[in-house]
Amino acid sequence: MSSSPSPSSALPFSADSAPPAALHLAVALDGAGWHPAAWREPVARPGELFTARYWADLVTEAERGLLDFVTIEDGLGLQSSHFTEPDGRTDQVRGRLDAVLIAARVAPLTSHIGLVPTVVATHTEPFHISKAIATLDYVSTGRAGVRVQVSARRNEAAHFGRRTLPAFEDVEDLGRPEVRELTADLFDEAADYAEAVRRLWDSWEDDAEIRDVATGRFIDRDKLHYIDFEGKHFSVKGPSITPRPPQGRPLVSALAHEGPTDAPFRLLGRSADLGYVTPRDAGHAHAIVTAVRAEQDAAGRGDEPLHLFGDLVVFLDDAPAAAAARRERLDSLAGQPYTSDARIFTGTPAQLADLLAELAQAGLTGFRLRPAVVGHDLPAITRGLVPELQRRGVFRRAYEADTLRGLLGLARPASRYAATA
Amino acid sequence: MSKSTSPDKPLKQIHLAAHFPGVNNTTVWSDPEAGSHIEFSSFAHFARTAERAKFDFLFLAEGLRLREQGGQIYDLDVVGRPDTFAVLTALAAVTEHLGLTGTINSTFNEPYEVARQFASLDHLSDGRAAWNVVTSWDAFTGENFRRGGFLPQEERYSRAKEFLTTAHELFDSWRGDEILADQETGTFLNDAKVGAFVHQGRHFDIQGQFNVPRSPQGRPVIFQAGDSEEGREFAAEGADAIFSRYSTLEEGQAFYTDVKGRLARHGRTHDQLLILPAATFVLGDTDAEAEELSREVRRKQVSGATAIKHLEFVWNRDLSAYDPEGPLPDIDPDLGEHTVARGRAQVRMYRDPLATAREWRELAAANKWSIRDLVIETGNRQSFVGSPATVAEAINSFVQADASDGFILVPHITPGGLDAFADTVVPLLQERGVFRTEYEGTTLRDHLGLAHPDATPSIPEPVSVPTPDPAPTSVPASAGR
Repeated sequence: MSSSPSPSSALPFSADSAPPAALHLAVALDGAGWHPAAWREPVARPGELFTARYWADLVTEAERGLLDFVTIEDGLGLQSSHFTEPDGRTDQVRGRLDAVLIAARVAPLTSHIGLVPTVVATHTEPFHISKAIATLDYVSTGRAGVRVQVSARRNEAAHFGRRTLPAFEDVEDLGRPEVRELTADLFDEAADYAEAVRRLWDSWEDDAEIRDVATGRFIDRDKLHYIDFEGKHFSVKGPSITPRPPQGRPLVSALAHEGPTDAPFRLLGRSADLGYVTPRDAGHAHAIVTAVRAEQDAAGRGDEPLHLFGDLVVFLDDAPAAAAARRERLDSLAGQPYTSDARIFTGTPAQLADLLAELAQAGLTGFRLRPAVVGHDLPAITRGLVPELQRRGVFRRAYEADTLRGLLGLARPASRYAATA
Repeated sequence: MSKSTSPDKPLKQIHLAAHFPGVNNTTVWSDPEAGSHIEFSSFAHFARTAERAKFDFLFLAEGLRLREQGGQIYDLDVVGRPDTFAVLTALAAVTEHLGLTGTINSTFNEPYEVARQFASLDHLSDGRAAWNVVTSWDAFTGENFRRGGFLPQEERYSRAKEFLTTAHELFDSWRGDEILADQETGTFLNDAKVGAFVHQGRHFDIQGQFNVPRSPQGRPVIFQAGDSEEGREFAAEGADAIFSRYSTLEEGQAFYTDVKGRLARHGRTHDQLLILPAATFVLGDTDAEAEELSREVRRKQVSGATAIKHLEFVWNRDLSAYDPEGPLPDIDPDLGEHTVARGRAQVRMYRDPLATAREWRELAAANKWSIRDLVIETGNRQSFVGSPATVAEAINSFVQADASDGFILVPHITPGGLDAFADTVVPLLQERGVFRTEYEGTTLRDHLGLAHPDATPSIPEPVSVPTPDPAPTSVPASAGR
């Protein structure tokens, strides 16, 4: 494994920069928290999970901590402890509101934090999502993003009745040829989806609205463009019905695991501005970064910035033993030890800051923290971890930009059609 | 208005709504007072004005493909609009009572997703969501969707009906009492099968579990637009309100009588379906001043270029060589499939283009109207023109005479065009005791006087587990009341 930064890394946070580079920090919001027993903690508000106030409180807290953005989880079926099928459990939080609409609801109540809802590319329409996220960008004046997710769940496919998916049981099955093929196909479709969405955002040039009273023309139609996207699974004509959003292109992000197929990393390489990855340690982080950069180069986007955020589940307390005891207590309530696709951290804000610094050395540009118990671990992030990172000089002390792209150091892109018009 | 209210009849309460004008030539975008039609601040201003005036709801239309004419994107009206769900949900953050009504197409969407979005909007607005169900079938719009396809015209109501039925099955799949969230016992739900549904029909064959708990209104208020026989019947069967386009007293009364007369056949009562025509208005200090202003507005709405384009809706051929200030073409319209104006519902209004062309030529000749005069005089008429007192009187007379239950007002200035109405006409209606001075309830159903659907229908057994051999699922849209 080479220690030199990837040649494609155009970011200001490369691994060999001398002073500690600034970190970016996001938090992943999901119900009462990521531990399945989180809702049973006294700080949880399980009866309020379907209210606007609950979500407004969480996002406001994240903004108080100057975080770059929040993601909001979603899914087109009930949550399940099973890898691919419903579990019929009644002892965990089940049910959720549409994430894009939660983001839209809190947008007017906040002013700086980025809002990144999850959308399921497998069953929804790129045209609808493109205008929905563009509108989220308008209602938040430039703070919108989207996390594109695939669904291989057969029960969710049955909610739409348009396609059937093969059955598989657990993580081990991912290596089976037909499951590998399915995974690759779903992720490649998601990459097409993200590409169609981005082209729709570009389909209006920024100055298309001219309101030329002399000629009576509201728009200059030469500055609107058909995208004519054709992929394996769908085609979209365009242009969007929604004018180009404030950020030009809202942030596109996706979670990608290392696995039997390259398709998840290829999705990041082709069409994402930011990828969430799940490193076990610094060495693994470096391997992931190298693999994603290679996909980025292969997609011909080597010169474009692509953030890579490490995902971690966090139990944060002032004393390490308290965090460990809390995890044990929750595991006992859940009846089994908590496992996750992401590394689970238990400890103090200072210890977490040390770990983040170590992982960042491997080329990650930020982190998305998944609070185990949102009522406890979110304030522990904003009021414990953030001050710790500020003391170390690696986190902002005030919002320095009004848009999500601005916070992440990403330039506002020009419409691809303007460049070739 | 000649017909007066009979003395023994109690005064009807008027329902008022505000339509944020979209892509048509109602909006006078060239007016110096016109603001953005896309920035959220415009929508927030408009919504706050409507709420200040105690309106029932705000309404947004939808379009899923930019209009074209003569093979080019239409550029004379406002072009572009936001996503309905996202902007309505954001408006829930800046208002507390105002109903939030959005048009969502049943052709280019799927029931599970749309039901989730409306249930989510209803939760996030504390019970203020409404859905205007519309149908579309054209391949032109379909080119923007992965589903790609389109429907034969005769199937659009079939799909819309089944879409609505399916959505209601999903809304009703949670009774509303399933979430215990008991932290002591660790019981979050009292039923493992929450949200279970099976629907097998001509257009949808789906099953599983709906994942949004029952929302404050149980399900959104249902609006319907459409004037065909099928449209009227569709509304009478299951809608809570219908948009009409009749703004004269006699036409309005005829429509009102017809549609309300259909309700009994569906086991519904007179007050379970509201009839709300769209209406424009122009206010002045005096009636004469308003008339003068109205003439100016209409000339701004119909430029010479706009007049020619409107004529093409009927003629279905390129008329760009004609002088808008000159006489109407003496050639006949092109019959058959409309190919000149695309993505525009208006062209379907002219079912007999030859007859329309003949009628218009006669009108123009008799009145010595140019093309532009003709378009100004035959379209875009303001429903209410006058001083605030005149307009208040006209609106009240119309409603008391059972020509409608209220109006959906469309100002010609975005977003400030509603302010004068809120400040001058609404107080006069309140003085007459025909419009609320405060919101009495919290949900849109409360504002509209509609019953809340049963929150906990008496289902003796939990819904059965989906099986490969599902029971018939054709539940009428009105079931569960």
